[in-house]
Amino acid sequence: MFTLIKTQKYSAIVFAISFLFLASFTLGQDEKEASATSPGHNQIVIKDFNFSPMVLTVKSGEKITWINRDEEPHTVVSVDKQFKKSTALDTDQEFTITAGAPGTYTYFCSVHPKMTGTIIVEKS
Amino acid sequence: MSDYISHDHEHDGIDRRGFLQCMAWAGTGLLWTISGGVLASKTLAEIAKAGSLPAATDLSFLQISDSHIGFSKEANKDVTETFKIALDRINAMPTPPSFLIHTGDITQLSKPEEFDTFDEVLKSCRTKDVFFVPGEHDVLNDGGKLYRERYLKSVEAKGSGWYSFNKNGVHFIGLVNVLNLQAGGLGQLGDEQLEWLENDVKGLGSSTPIVVFAHIPLWAVYPQWGWGTSDSERALGYLKRFGSVTALNGHIHQVLQKIEGNVTFHTAMSTAFPQPAPGTAASPGPMKVPAEKLRSMLGLANVQYIQGKSSLAIVDSNLS
Repeated sequence: MFTLIKTQKYSAIVFAISFLFLASFTLGQDEKEASATSPGHNQIVIKDFNFSPMVLTVKSGEKITWINRDEEPHTVVSVDKQFKKSTALDTDQEFTITAGAPGTYTYFCSVHPKMTGTIIVEKS
Repeated sequence: MSDYISHDHEHDGIDRRGFLQCMAWAGTGLLWTISGGVLASKTLAEIAKAGSLPAATDLSFLQISDSHIGFSKEANKDVTETFKIALDRINAMPTPPSFLIHTGDITQLSKPEEFDTFDEVLKSCRTKDVFFVPGEHDVLNDGGKLYRERYLKSVEAKGSGWYSFNKNGVHFIGLVNVLNLQAGGLGQLGDEQLEWLENDVKGLGSSTPIVVFAHIPLWAVYPQWGWGTSDSERALGYLKRFGSVTALNGHIHQVLQKIEGNVTFHTAMSTAFPQPAPGTAASPGPMKVPAEKLRSMLGLANVQYIQGKSSLAIVDSNLS
């Protein structure tokens, strides 16, 4: 289990970007399956070489779990190395982190870099 | 056997024998040759009838790819067995190839025991010289450290594992395009490797045939699925002046060929499982086919070089 770390100086920019991502998430959410399995625990399903939901908004301190439903290994790697990367997840394997400081965190699969996702962490 | 139509019940110009011959043709390998810019093909059956492959072959080698040892899902529950069958085919060739090239994804998950199994099975191959490039599945958790320790012993590898060598006047270049991949991007060679490549070919005469091999295709097969290399254009730029360039890749588990100027791009079948044709499925994941069809979609590629010919001949053959 790892904690998101973010430097303070970018918080203003990230805060602004957060609103942009939040808007797109709201627009797109009816196409996606519900992500939260229980209050405070959020799941991102990896299926057909996609992170679903692609943009996930959570509260600081909540847990986020990725689960791989593909027959292909995938990874979860922070673009700016903001949190520790997962090892390669085989079918049905999971990876969990705890959301840290508020901000926008982009990540991708280092095996299939076309696969990208975003986590928006809000104040709890 | 004559080629006349004997029974034409449907009045469509095709009889049963003709149809079966046509289907047999579809299921076997093809030999592609280019002479004076004209593309021609022969089936493996025709080659078998005529004797062997072109008599005066100066160099013959085999490309094998995507063995994915450790994979055990429905698309192929025994990839070790199909890899063995591929090696049996190589061992049964009347003229053994000079060497093998494995274009990556040796294993499914980069596990030491998967590499062990691969190495153990490979011992049964009569052809002992094997040149490797890594697939993304071989460098999953350690950036390719284990891969490099095992598979680069016979070459003078640079950087993250690229190298070149010469055989019978042909210059071979093994490239790594599965490391340090960037979010949203494709396969990548990187500046250091590209600079090395530029220097590597600098002293070569333009008539030197070039074979460049890497795991992910060096042409934009289908970028939507990540089937391409972001900086391959720069690499191909350094090879532009050469009269014959053959790019051999794996990764996409199916035969695709494209000819652009003096460059022939070719991707090989996997020995493990097929993948869908570009854009024909929700994702490029393993494709499940009926058990009796599986081996017809797995295979290897035999590459022949004849001095004086403008390109290398590539024969794909399946395992059925």
